[in-house]
This record gives sequence, C-alpha cells and structure tokens, in this order.
Amino acid sequence: MRSSSKSLWIDAFNRLKKNKASMVSLGIIIVLCFIALFARQISPYPFDEQHMDAILQPPSARFWLGTDSLGRDLLSRVIYGARMSMAVGILTAFISLILGTIYGVISGWFGGRVDALLMRALDIITSIPTLVLMILVKVIFDSVQLFENPELRALTSILLALSLVGWVSLARVVRGQVLQVKEMTFVEAARALGASQFWTVIKHVLPNILGPIIVLLSFQIPSNILFESFLSFIGLGLQPPFSSWGVLASEGAKSIRSYPHVIISPGVALFIAMLAFQFLGDGLRDALDPKMKGSV
Amino acid sequence: MSQQGVPAMSKTPSIDEEVWEQDLKERLFAKIPLFIFSLLMFTVALSFMGYEIPDALLWADFLLVFGVFTVYVVSRHLTLYVFKRLGEAVLTLFIIASLTFLLLRIMPGGPFDRDKALPPEVLANIEAKYNLNAPLYVQYFDYLKGLSRGYLGESYKYIGRGVTDIIMEALPVSFQLGFYSLILAFLLGIPLGVFAASKHNSRFDYFAMFLANSGTALPSFLVGPILIIIFCFWLNWLPAAFWDGPEYYILPVLTLGLRPVAVIARLTRANVLDVIRSDYIRTARSKGLAEKVVLYKHVLKNSLIPVLTFSGPLAAAILSGSFVIELIFNIPGIGKHFVESVTNRDYPLILGVTLVFSFLLVLANLIVDLLYVYFDPRIKLS
Repeated sequence: MRSSSKSLWIDAFNRLKKNKASMVSLGIIIVLCFIALFARQISPYPFDEQHMDAILQPPSARFWLGTDSLGRDLLSRVIYGARMSMAVGILTAFISLILGTIYGVISGWFGGRVDALLMRALDIITSIPTLVLMILVKVIFDSVQLFENPELRALTSILLALSLVGWVSLARVVRGQVLQVKEMTFVEAARALGASQFWTVIKHVLPNILGPIIVLLSFQIPSNILFESFLSFIGLGLQPPFSSWGVLASEGAKSIRSYPHVIISPGVALFIAMLAFQFLGDGLRDALDPKMKGSV
Repeated sequence: MSQQGVPAMSKTPSIDEEVWEQDLKERLFAKIPLFIFSLLMFTVALSFMGYEIPDALLWADFLLVFGVFTVYVVSRHLTLYVFKRLGEAVLTLFIIASLTFLLLRIMPGGPFDRDKALPPEVLANIEAKYNLNAPLYVQYFDYLKGLSRGYLGESYKYIGRGVTDIIMEALPVSFQLGFYSLILAFLLGIPLGVFAASKHNSRFDYFAMFLANSGTALPSFLVGPILIIIFCFWLNWLPAAFWDGPEYYILPVLTLGLRPVAVIARLTRANVLDVIRSDYIRTARSKGLAEKVVLYKHVLKNSLIPVLTFSGPLAAAILSGSFVIELIFNIPGIGKHFVESVTNRDYPLILGVTLVFSFLLVLANLIVDLLYVYFDPRIKLS
C-alpha cells in the first residue's frame, strides 16, 4: 500500500520532469525564493536609503537599474519587492489552504444540512466580486491594527484580505473531492476497522485529494501576487517606503514619459514570476490531475 | 401553401416538399439570431464611432434581446427556475447590504476624521445631518427602508449628490469600456483558441500560445503604460487619457481586453483539443463532413462550456469597470469612484457601488447558467 502510493507521486514527478518549461520555471521560482529570503544580504543598498545626489538616474555602474524619484536604488527595491510579493503570494496561499481545507472537509464529510448551509454561505460570499470584497476586507483590517512593527502591520492586513477571499475556491474544490472520496471502499474499510472520523479524514481522505489541491495552490500563488500588486497600484495595498512590485509599478507609472526605467524593472520581474508560476502550474496540473486540463 | 404555384402531382404534398418546407422554415429561423446579432453589432459600432444612438434603435435592441431571452426561457421550461433564482438574488443582495453596512459601522474611525480634527460642534452637526448619531439599529432600519424604495442615500464626499445619481453617471462609461473589451475577448479569443488547436503543435500553435501565455502573465497596469509609451509618446497616434471619442476608446479597451483574450484562447484551445479526440467527432469526420463544419459546429459548441463558466465572473468584473484601467487612463467610470469612496470612507457610496457590482455578478451568473442548457441540453437546471 505504502509503496504503491509512493510510486504514484514518483510517477507524477517523473511526468513533471519531462515538461521542460515547468522545470525551468521551477528553477526560476527557487531562485526568486532565495532572493526573497536573502534580500538583506543580496541587495546593494537598504530598500529605503535615499541618495539625494542621484535622483531618477538611468541604469549605471553604481545603480544597476537606476534610481527612483527619491534617489532610492531600484535594484534593491526590486529585490525587496520580490521579498514582499513572494511572501504575500505564498503565505496567503497557505492561509487560504488551511481555511479552505477545514471548511471544505467539514462541508463534504458531514454532508446533508451542514453542507447545504455552508455552501449557501459560500454562494453569498462569491456574489461579491473578488476585488471589491478584497478591498472591503482590507479596509476593515486596516483599521484594526494588530502589530506595532510597521512592516508587519502593512503585511497583515493585505495577507488577511487576500486569504479571506482566496479560501473560497479552495473550499469548493476540497468539498467536491471529499464528496467523491468518502464513498470509496477504502474509506468504508477504515471506518469498519474502527478508525475514528478525525483519523479517517486525516489519514485516508486528505492524502487522496492532495493532487487537485496542489494544482489549485500553484495557480493561487501567482493570482495572489497579482492581486497584491493590483491593490498596491491603486493605492489600497502596501504603501511606500515598503516595496513590492505593485508599489514600484505604481510609482513608475507616474513618470513613464520621462523615466520609463522606473516601471520597466519591477514590470519585468513581475512578468517573469507570473510566467514561471503559470508554466509550473500547467505542468503540475498535467502531472497530477490531467482531468482538470479544461477548467483551470 | 406553396402548392398553388406548383402544378400539383397529387393532393397530399410529397415528402420531399414537406421536408423542403420545414427546411426553409428552419433556415429562416436560423437567420433570426444572425439578424439580431448584426443589429447589436451595428449599435455597438455606432456607439464606438462616437455617434449618438437613436432611442428607437436602443429600444429595438433591448426588446429583441429581451424577447429572445423570454422565448428561450419559456421554451425550455426555465421560467420557474428564473424566478427562483431572482428571488435568491434579492435575498443575497439583502444579506450583502446588511453585512457591509454593519462592518463599515463597526470599524473604528469615521468618515469625517481628518488629520486636523473638526471642531466638535461642526462634527455633531454633520453627524446629525447624515443621521450618524442615531443608534446603530435605527440607522440600519432607516437604510433598509431607503433601500426598499431604491434610495441609496447621499454621498458624504460629493455633498448634496445622491449615490444613485453618481452611479447612473459613471456606470454607463464603465459599461461601455467593459462591453467593447468583452466583445474583443470573445471575437478574438475563441477563434484564436480554435485555430491554435486545429493546427496543434504547429508553429502557429506555439506562437498563439506564446502570445496567450504572455497575455495572462502581463498585468493590466503594465500593459497600459506600455501601450501609452508606444502609441502616445513614440508614434503619437492616440490620446493617452480620458473618454471622449473613438480614438480615446482604443487603448483602454485593448488593455482591459488583453488578459481575457489570452485566458479565453487558452481555455478554448485546451477544451477543443479534448473534444477533437472524442468518438463523435471521429464519426462526424468519417461521415465526410467538411473540416470547417466539424470544427465550428460540432467541436466548438461542445468545448465552450468551460469558457462559459469563466465568462460569468469575467463579464461582471469587466462590465463593472476595471479600477486600474480607469485610473491609468483617467476614465470617469465607476471603478474609480469605488476606489475613491473607500479612501474617503464615503459609506453610502461604498455600499451602493458594492451592491451594484454584486447585482451584476449575480445576473451574469444567472445568464451563464441559463446558457449552459443551450450548449449542453443534458444539463438540467432545477
């Protein structure tokens, strides 16, 4: 049993390995994660250090990507932007994973009236357009400050806003999967052998629905990064001096005519990251759950 | 009927004639959607070119679409379903309105907090004017009472202007922008996807998918500035902002439409590839049907369902205006109002716009659900 379930994952990984675009993307994403983790060590200057003698400089030997309107080094800001954007993307995906899985499992496992009620609630939440809901939640969390540290403060409300919206689609998928899996004979067998409900779900149901969840997560990370930059761009997300790719793009958009380099570097970074996540997601979907091909 | 002119061979019409007559009727009926479609496209083209659309044409469009919709709903026995869904929609909107109202009021800080605090008497006067000093439940019931009469309140920021007023002024602009982008998305995305799939693994397929992948990876706040740099500053062909005429529409519509075009193309391609391998397509081909007929009639209709699922939320999001694009191109649409109302804490405006957005989404989803039945008659709605 164990060896066969293991080889299932090895199979999937082998399928993924054959997909060149996905493997290159995986490499890019790992590099981006390293950059994000070691931003402090890699970046040539602190992200908010101003060089008053060099304002809006084009790329040069001193500032590889140039400087912005306050004389801050753009390379450092893009690197710190990677840190913020990746953190938002990955953390929100995990928060929504936890919320969505719990909700979906409860709804699917218990079924009946519980299921009907919980799904009704989801329907109402999904009747509010994503961006609108996100902005509303963000505003509400902005006014309730949990932390003293300004960086954490800036991060928490956007994290909460994004994950409180993101878990909904996960909950739907998890519920659907649980509904299918719980009718299968191995679940029945586990129950017949006297396994508790909790144990059955953890040990037998969850491992069997992991595939679609991983695929969905791999698509949620880039969309969260994108949503964060959207919010920052319209001035409702992170605020300068903090740096994310959306914040940088928003600053760059103000002076595109005379200083296009300010928007180009964060734009290219964001584009590469989005493309990498997309190809990785496509590869994961083909490897783990080919049935989903037409729907995501 | 048609026998008078034809020398009758026998009293009863021959089977051939009957078939032919039925065929003619069917062909005439088949022309109706085409006629309506061309009329709609004509209207869209007129409005895009910046001409004033005569009221009669608008009414004709509206009545035709509504008539077709009604015939469709009734002929497929969906009337009850539609009413049920509309009732649910009212309930949903009521819950959304209540939740948003309560959350906004519970939130610390008020709409009239300024960096420099207002004198307490002034603040008290303002709060009295907007009924903000009453107990929460009184405010809530007052709000609901207004809502049931279709009154959304008065904006805090634009003093003396009703929220309904502001929305009615801004929504058509966003609607226009969204409508053109949506048309672009369907007219470009679906054929692109079908074409790429029919030339699977060819150079064209790779090129189309490269474009589509880049399109989904490029956020609109990058596309907008790039287009502005190219078409406004380098080539000097198009204006960079505002919403005053056809030449002003092109860039925002392209920016807003690019991502949907790319996503729809990808979705269509994936599903067409799936359907193309199925047995009934092999049958259709082996019957000797022309490749074009197979592709556009048999394959396409069966592979559009996931596209349809995606279109509901997409249409609602796009029609209600993109916040980013209205900001970049300085378009006086409803998205801009929403973002501003949030920053200003203009509660009635936030509530009003949220309700309008939610209504559009609910409506779009209903229409999509009804269309499922057309694309796949096996689907039963209840």
